Amino acid sequence: MNIVVLVKQVPDSGSERGLAGDNTVERQSANNVINEMDEYAIEEALRIQAAEGGEVTILTMGPERAAESIRKALSMGPDKAVHVIDDALHGSCALSTSKVLAAALGTLNPDLVIAGAESTDGRVQVMPHMIAERLGIAALTGARKLTVDGGTLTIERQTEEGYEVVTAATPAVVSVWDTINEPRYPSFKGIMAAKKKPVQTLALADLGIEAGEVGFAGASSEVVEHAKRPPRQGGQKVADDGNGGAALVEFLSSEKFV
Amino acid sequence: MAEVLVLVEATRDFTVKKVTLELLTLARQIGSPAAVVFGASGAAAAMSEKLGEYGAEKIYTGEGDEIDGHLVSPKATALASLVTRVQPAAVLLPSTQEGKEIAGRLAVKLDNGLLTDVVELTADGVATQPAFAGQVIVKSKVSRGIPLATVRPNSIAPTPAAATPQVEALEVSLGAADTLAKVVDRVVEQKGSRPELTEASVVVSGGRGVGSGDNFKLVEELADLLGGAVGASRAAVDSGFYPHQFQVGQTGKTVSPQLYIALGISGAIQHRAGMQTSKTIVAVNKDAEAPIFELADYGVVGDLFKVVPQAAEEIRKRK
Repeated sequence: MNIVVLVKQVPDSGSERGLAGDNTVERQSANNVINEMDEYAIEEALRIQAAEGGEVTILTMGPERAAESIRKALSMGPDKAVHVIDDALHGSCALSTSKVLAAALGTLNPDLVIAGAESTDGRVQVMPHMIAERLGIAALTGARKLTVDGGTLTIERQTEEGYEVVTAATPAVVSVWDTINEPRYPSFKGIMAAKKKPVQTLALADLGIEAGEVGFAGASSEVVEHAKRPPRQGGQKVADDGNGGAALVEFLSSEKFV
Repeated sequence: MAEVLVLVEATRDFTVKKVTLELLTLARQIGSPAAVVFGASGAAAAMSEKLGEYGAEKIYTGEGDEIDGHLVSPKATALASLVTRVQPAAVLLPSTQEGKEIAGRLAVKLDNGLLTDVVELTADGVATQPAFAGQVIVKSKVSRGIPLATVRPNSIAPTPAAATPQVEALEVSLGAADTLAKVVDRVVEQKGSRPELTEASVVVSGGRGVGSGDNFKLVEELADLLGGAVGASRAAVDSGFYPHQFQVGQTGKTVSPQLYIALGISGAIQHRAGMQTSKTIVAVNKDAEAPIFELADYGVVGDLFKVVPQAAEEIRKRK
């Protein structure tokens, strides 16, 4: 089974993040890492590969610096990577991004595409369905469990009340939550091997997409303005002197919660 | 006045979720609200009264196994053909997993811009969105098509405005690609009387400091006394104290209740990502230096196993 894993480089969610002057995500000063949820997608792909054979390919769209995250992803064990890189992509909206990723997937012809359920920067959660919509294939999203039986995929999709069991035939896009597995740490051997693994770069022209369809020029939405949110001010802090619980309820009562 | 389509979110037993009433309230500020119901047979009949109470002038309904038994895609197809036919002023969906997924497919089908995680939307289509764990407030709009927005639960106060909706059954024609992902089972794991986490006006969350799954009873007790939902930090979920669907924070749910109570939660930035737009924040933690106190309107430095039972007792006394 040939699997493509979508990997996005994002600013570290544990640090201060913001937008740059051109309203895109500030990446210049940020500590850029693999989107955490994508590590679970890679792990799931490697486990399926171990059972079913085939190849695991990383697919990333992003600027030059995303190459670091691609190497990091490869160090976990995938065979190769494709990096879609083009200056014209800067400022792309979700719609354009899905167009580019769908076109790149078209050149790879995978049986299975695995993605993280969301990225920690945008948290938009739409990419798997947008891609599936463009490719006319199934999307099984929000999986906390994935089983592969020949060409049949079955997931447990997390819902508010429990889960749904959803099934589809390959080819399909599956998105996974961080409850699905425990990602491996890259071994030293893996890190060394990753340096030699093939990374193919694709430009827009290779995908038959015009520069005007993507980036700022082709964006279907635009940021009008953005501002840092004023930091929340801490209020009253009291040490429990044996009446902390009662004092807390007094506060709740003063705010009409009790 | 042009229609504003509102995708109805409901439970399996046809209870309209609060976010739907919030969306109808928002829709009234933009145009004439039209609710779109997708689900099992009988969905619209069961919900029309409630939808009318909050101002739905019209209800479009697509029901039956085909639409209900496949993931997302049939709903997006039905909605896209409706949008093309009625040319609404805007389309509003709940910013939940499924709401976002339907919106994503709709955006592709219509080549229409998409605004997600919206907390405010003006009549001229400018959306307010908190970004990066609420560190940044972004205003944006679509530059292609109509305002197509997913709106976060608890962003708008729902107010009734009675209308008598006219119900229209949709004729849905699905393509082969719409029925590829088949829902073969629905399993209910938790069913209680507590409100849903993202919709609750009070959320009581426990963290690593709660110490065990068993001790979460304390968190649940306080939540129940306040009529709230129970949440958990990632540390508590990773430690196996509480199930993942209750996780608040970066890789879990984003909540914005009137009152958020954090018990034994240090307040790492990943947790703050999911709760710092709450109106009032209360924290109990034994570490006086815990970052959660930087955002708490009221903080008690102390042992939660002493403070919480006392608070529970005090609330009972006052009831």
